[in-house]
This record gives sequence, C-alpha cells and structure tokens, in this order.
Amino acid sequence: MALEVVGKRALKYDGMSHITGQSRYVDDILIPGTLTVKAFRSPVHKGRMKSIDTSKAENMPGVAGVITYRDVPHNAYGMEPDQPVLVEKDIRYKGEPIAAVAAINEKVAYAALDRIVVDIEEEEPVFDPLKAMEPDAPKVRPEGNVYMFGSEPFKKVYIGDIDEGFRKADHIIEETYFYPDMEHSALETQVSLAVPEAMGKLTIYTVSQARNFHLGMLAGILKLGGDALQCECINEWSGKTRSSWRGKTGMNRVRLEGYAVGGGFGGKNELHADHITALLALKTARPCKWRWTREEELLYSTHRGPWYVTIKDGVMNDGRIIARYVKSIHDGGAYIGFNAYAAGKFSYFVNGPYYVPNLRCEGYCVFTNKPVASTMRGFAVAPGTFAVEVQMHKIAEKLGMDPWELRFKNAILKGDQLVTRQVMKDPSLVETMQALAKRAGVTLPDHLMRMTSESNQRI
Amino acid sequence: MPVLELKVNGNDCQVLVEHTTSLLEVLREKLMILSPKMGCNTGDCGACSVILDGMLVHSCITPAMVASGKEVITLEGISASGELHPLQKAFQDNHATQCGFCTPGMIMAAKALLDENPKPTEPQIKKALSGNLCRCTGYKKIVESVMAASADNPASGS
Amino acid sequence: MKKRGKGFAVGFYPIGLSGGGDPSQAIIKMKPDGTADLTIGSVDIGQGCRTVLAQIAAEELGIGYEQVNVHNTDTDTGPFCMGSFASRVTYIAGNAVINAAKEVKEVLLKSVCANLNASPEELEVARGIIRVKADPDRCISIPDAVGKATFADGVPVVGRGASMKPPSGGDPETGACEPCYTMSYAAVYAEVDVDTETGVVDVLKLICVYDAGRVINPALAEGQAEGGAAMGLGAALMENRIPDYPKMTYSPESFYEYMIPTAMDVPPLEIGFIEIPSDGGPYGARAIGEMSANAQAPAIVNAIHDAVGIWMTSMPATPEKVLRALREKDAA
Repeated sequence: MALEVVGKRALKYDGMSHITGQSRYVDDILIPGTLTVKAFRSPVHKGRMKSIDTSKAENMPGVAGVITYRDVPHNAYGMEPDQPVLVEKDIRYKGEPIAAVAAINEKVAYAALDRIVVDIEEEEPVFDPLKAMEPDAPKVRPEGNVYMFGSEPFKKVYIGDIDEGFRKADHIIEETYFYPDMEHSALETQVSLAVPEAMGKLTIYTVSQARNFHLGMLAGILKLGGDALQCECINEWSGKTRSSWRGKTGMNRVRLEGYAVGGGFGGKNELHADHITALLALKTARPCKWRWTREEELLYSTHRGPWYVTIKDGVMNDGRIIARYVKSIHDGGAYIGFNAYAAGKFSYFVNGPYYVPNLRCEGYCVFTNKPVASTMRGFAVAPGTFAVEVQMHKIAEKLGMDPWELRFKNAILKGDQLVTRQVMKDPSLVETMQALAKRAGVTLPDHLMRMTSESNQRI
Repeated sequence: MPVLELKVNGNDCQVLVEHTTSLLEVLREKLMILSPKMGCNTGDCGACSVILDGMLVHSCITPAMVASGKEVITLEGISASGELHPLQKAFQDNHATQCGFCTPGMIMAAKALLDENPKPTEPQIKKALSGNLCRCTGYKKIVESVMAASADNPASGS
Repeated sequence: MKKRGKGFAVGFYPIGLSGGGDPSQAIIKMKPDGTADLTIGSVDIGQGCRTVLAQIAAEELGIGYEQVNVHNTDTDTGPFCMGSFASRVTYIAGNAVINAAKEVKEVLLKSVCANLNASPEELEVARGIIRVKADPDRCISIPDAVGKATFADGVPVVGRGASMKPPSGGDPETGACEPCYTMSYAAVYAEVDVDTETGVVDVLKLICVYDAGRVINPALAEGQAEGGAAMGLGAALMENRIPDYPKMTYSPESFYEYMIPTAMDVPPLEIGFIEIPSDGGPYGARAIGEMSANAQAPAIVNAIHDAVGIWMTSMPATPEKVLRALREKDAA
C-alpha cells in the first residue's frame, strides 16, 4: 500500500499557532501574583565563600523570599551529582549562582541583589585546559582537573594495533585542530515559572528539552517525598531494601509542563532555572518566574565546550589509512554535566565514516574555571567531523591524490566495524558522496560511481 | 507616572508607564499582547518587532512614551476580519516556521517591507529581514514565503 | 584580490543517547469519531516532532493527519521520553508510536471480527476502514470500529508503545560497545571567495546532501538542513563565545557581539536527500537534526585551502585569522 501521510509535506502541527501569534511560550504564561526572580551570581572566577548574609535583601519591601544553599534540600545534581544548585563554599566559575531572590517586580529584585552581602576569598583560576592538566595547576575541583575513567585520565577505545600500523605506513600525517566555544543562541532564553498548586503539588512551566530527565533531577534536589521511600508499606514489603531511588522520590509532587519551546539546540538539556524557581515557589508559596537575560544566556548558560583534536595518521601511498590515533581534549568548564559522556562519545565517533583497521582514540575531559560546557547540536561529533575532514583533505594533498578518491577508498562499507567494533549494517557514505558529486557538478570516475556500500567491495 | 495614550491594533489604549518602560513591556505586560517576544532586550534580535505609525521598530528599545498618540500594529492585528494576511498564509504554506519564536517579529518586518515595496527582489527581502534573527530555519523558507506573498499581493499590503 | 575555491566534507552522526538505555514511549487512544489522541513525552523544540509523530500515527492507524491530536505537555500525563537530543526522537519515539498503534489495531481488529466474520489475522487496516484482506468489500469504517469497541464491547481503544536500545556497557579494556542504533550520513560542498586583502571569506554556495533514511516530512527535513547550514556557517566563520581563548579577557554579552548569521549571511542553499532505509528506523528513517550543522565548517575550510592554500585548522576562520595565515604562508 502506498504511503498516504508519511513522506508528505504535512503542514506543521503548530504552524497555524505560530503564524497567528497564538503559540504560548513559558514567558507568555501569565498568572496573577507571579514574582520576578533574579540570581545573585559570583563576581569571581574562583574562590571560597566564607559567609553570606541575605537579611537586608529579605527585609526589603517587595521581596517575598531569598534562597541560599541552606534552602536546598539536596544541593547536588547532575549525571554524576557534583553541581550545587547554589554555592555553599567553593566557587568554580564567574556567574555561578550563589543566591536568588523573588520580588514583586524586576526593579525590586535587582535592588535586593545589591543588598546581599558575601565574603569571598578570591583564588587563582585556571582557564586553559592544557594548563589545567599540569600537576601544579589550580584545582578546579578536589578530585583533580582531569576526569578519571577508571584508572585512566582518558576514555579510550581501540581496535587493532596502531603502533604496528604506523610502522607499516608510508606516510605519517599529524595535526592538531581546534573547535571553538559556541552558544546555541536560541531566540528564547532560559525561562521558568514555578507555581505552587493545591495539595502541596508544584507545577513548573519549563523550556526543558528533556522533561522526564529533569523531573528525575528535580526530585533529587527537592526531595519532596522525603528521605524514605514514599510509602511505608513499600518499605515493609521490600524489607527496607536499599533503593537507588531513595531520596529521589516525590516525582508525583512535581509536574513539568511545557508548551512551545523557542528553540533548544541542546541548550535546554541541563537544569538552568527550574530548580531555583521551584525552591523560591516553595519558600514563598507564590508563583515565581525567572527569565534569563540574553546577557546571562551568553555568559553563563551551558554552551559547546572547546575541543583540541590531535590526529596522527599512518597512510599508505595508495591512500589507505591503516592507522589512526586521535587524542581529544575537551574543555568541560567547572562541572561534570555531560562532559565525561562527551569524551566517550567523541572517541567512539571521531574517526568518521571511514574504515581504519588500527585505530585508537583517547578522550580527555578537563575541568576549568568556566561555566559548564554541555550539549550543543552535533555534540561531541561536530568538532571531530571538522578535524577529520580537514585532515582527509590534507592527506589527499600530501599524496597528490583526489580528495574524493581518498574518501571512497577509505569509506565505511556494509559489515565494517567502527572503533567500538559495532558492525555497520546500513552505511551509505558512498551513495551520499555520489549524490553530492552529481549535484556539485563534479564528474567522478566510473570506478567511484560504481561503488556501493552494500557490496562491501573496497577499491 | 505619566499616562500613555496610543492605538494598538485598532483599539484605543491608556496605560500608566514609567520613564524607563519600553513599548515591549507595555504591549506584553500591560496590554497582554503576547506575540512580540523578548529575545534580547537590546534591540539586536528583532523578536520584538512591531510597526509604529507605519515604521518597523524594535519595541524593546523603544521608550513607551515615544508611542504616545501613535498607532502600533502587532501580528495580532494584521489579519483583516478573521482572514489570514497573505504573509501569514505564505509562511504556513511554505513551512517557514520551526520554533516560531522569531515568527511574529519576522512577519511584521516582512509586512513593513511589502507595505513600502509590494514586489521586492530577493536581495531586498534579505536586507529587510536582516534585523530579525532566526536560529532555526536558515531563512530560506522565510524568504521564499515573502516572495510568494508578494507575488500574490494585488497592491500594497494592508 | 578575491580568490575562488571549492571544497567538500562528509560525516556521519549516531542516533540515540550514546550508550543506550534511553527510552521513548507513546500512548494512543481513539475517540468514537475515529480521531486519535497521541500522547508522547518528547519535547517539540521547533524541529517538528509533533508533526512527524502525528504523521506516523496517522499512517499506522489508517486515518488522516488532521485527525491526530498530539499531547506532550506534562510529565504527569505524558509517558516517558528521555529527551529531544542526540538526534533520537524520530527514530526512537517514532518506533514507540508504531508499537502503540499496533496495540490499538489489535483491539480494533479483535472487536470487529464478528462483524466482518473473519479472524483478526484475516483483517487489515486501510484508509479509514478495516477490511478483510481477501475480500476488501467486507469492511467497516474506523469510527464504527472504535464505536463498537467502546460501546458494545466496553473495551478501551488504547495502545501503548515503547522503544529503547538496551544499555551497552562497554569492554573495560578496549572500550568496545554498541553505543547507538545506526548512523545518518552527510556530504557538503562549499564554494567560497577569499579576499586576500581583508581576510573576509564569502561563502557563495552550499550544497548539502544527506542520507536521513526515509524522510517522514520533506518540508521539515529541509528546514533542519537549511537551519543547520546556517549554524554550520556560523561555526565556520563567525561564532566564538570566548574570542581570546583560552584567556577570559572578553566575553560577548549580546547578539551585537556574538555573531550569528542573518538573512544576508546565508548563501544560496541546495539541499538534497537520498533515502537509503535504515536498519530498524520507523519506515527506514534515520535522523537529521544535528548532522545538518556539522560538515559545513570543514567544507568551507577545504574550500579556503583550495582558494588560497592555507589550512584553517582553528575555528572560526575570522578575517583576522585568515589574514594571519596568509601572511605566515607568504613569509614561509
């Protein structure tokens, strides 16, 4: 049966809503009595907070509530919970949230921030990941500036024997590439509106790209179910077994709700505002909205962390890449977030759609005193694509070879393994390149146009 | 607090403002007209674009009192008696929206162009829209939509 | 002097949270008029996942696209979805929708067996009807089928579906694992003019070809490709959140300082899709969301090299960096 709907240019589900201006984003949700939230952020890149006094802010007319680390039931979150909601002692980046206020309007909120008194002992920061890797560098975190994957300072994945490959190779081509820090720049910034509802429930209107993921994180922070498992009878029936969910209960007490999201691109995959508006809503018993300014978004929100990518290739005269070593250094900023994951993902896929029999990838996740790096479109792959694709052209130049021929020669084919040993069942680099050549008016020789991924015939 | 009197989408309005209130704040917070968006608040992104006495302005950096005695048109005000404006129809038919956040400002910028130049060339469209940032679409379908709307335009857009 | 150059780059992109263990789920219920309510946990961030998943649901249920309501507002009523990232929603949530529709169809087919005097195996869902495969004139409309199930049989016309790649541990020594479902493929061609006096790189044309498998909605896929091309262009030429990296001397605070492409910056784009079905994606779909922004930077860098013989190994290729590289090359 021919397809009726799939494959068609169906009009966008929310298209009509967008073009009439009816789409509702979090900032468009208007609830009477909503307080405006602003954050008090660290003025220094690195330091120790010795004391904080919010009493003058709390007593200001028009201020409904102020929160500090003392108001956070569990002040650590993340894929590996290392990031505080609000600074307790150690400041790791300029702009790190230390306190937050909820006030009747923006003017009062800003004035309240000015009345917060902190005593901070400033320390020497480190911004350069290469310096951060040195033994005498300032410590961004107590565990050290390089994330340990087991006993190794890098996430490694390898197949074959690169030393053997380099020995056999006719040419060695080595280069280091750099992919910069980038900001998603979705037109909508981080916005969060937390509303206390009847029966102790909390609704958070969120721009999150991953509501269920964040629900779990928020449950861990807010501990609305308390310390024990939610229901005494469960404790009894399960013999008071240890549960990884202990202390993370209360998912039925928080509801994340979202409508239209004004762009994400990976910038709304981490908690930015929801935890803070939630805490203020609980403290003030009033709806609390926090809309990040564009300045905050550019300076302090999660962003693409920079990558240094060093590629060393062992290449034969006929263009076959027989050995490749990739060392990548990811500047993850101040906390783990998705950054350790990134070092792994990068190592798995940096080689790109090529078959290289001897391949070793080492991914470093390095910490620096900067805002947390995180997902952004092409996460942990775009920088690798950049590095490898320029490297391929460099190899072609060195060998005096057509860069198309070089890629076809090394293209991944059906049945080939990646460095992870995952077998490619449906690759199509060959066909994609053939299609591009046609459109670009590049006439490829017959032997390249006749190749197919399916046949697994190397040229 | 001064009283600001202005016409918005055909309706006479009176609001109390402070000297620092922006036109965007008047529209969104006082008049509950929500299509103009706050994207940057520094006049760089165009998400707040509205038409003030026939001229496209970034309402976030337009002091509210500048609109005194003037007429503001927002996206809510461009469809005549329930019929979609040709630009709206073109944006829909040509799939020119993704997240939709830039859409209201973008359509107002396009309308301001077509009101002045009913049959613009592609470079003219791109220039007219260059003050409206979009991160989702790459602008291609937006520009195509404006071309399509101008082709359908019998006279100057209204 | 302006020098012309051509370059290209290719790439691939994995589908799914690296390492697996990221479920997406869907729930479908049908109303007696034959319309469907599809509830998902996936977030529509503008990419159009509601549209795509509604299309898949409509196709599977034999109803029109306009007859599908999509609900994805909250975590109380919506089923689990890990999130809209890792280019995973069309593939994983798409399969979840197909699974949910399967369950709905099972309910309906069982309900109308008696009416059509056939076993469920002998029936099929077609356009707006359920019919006997061997005798298509023996059929019942989908609304009537839903009505029969709801009011005569008293059963819910509801289906649940989920899809997830089991978590892949990984060999502690070699790192071997199966981190993703499969890949999408990209190839981008760029034509540039490099001004040797100012260092300004003008991208004249970008041709982007993708294998995103079966394209569920060509207009939306084009939208991703076009938007991605703009983002890739920004990465190549203008975007840097820490311009003096690694020093933190200066950080952009507004769009006046952090440059993203405007309508005047994006060159003419030609987008093409070849649809080689994936192994396991809904209707053979792959993914397009992230890959579409990756290959432009190296394609432009390779084109710059073709034009003026310099390798811009550090992004972005701002005029200042291009000029510096040109001077170094001349000095050498």
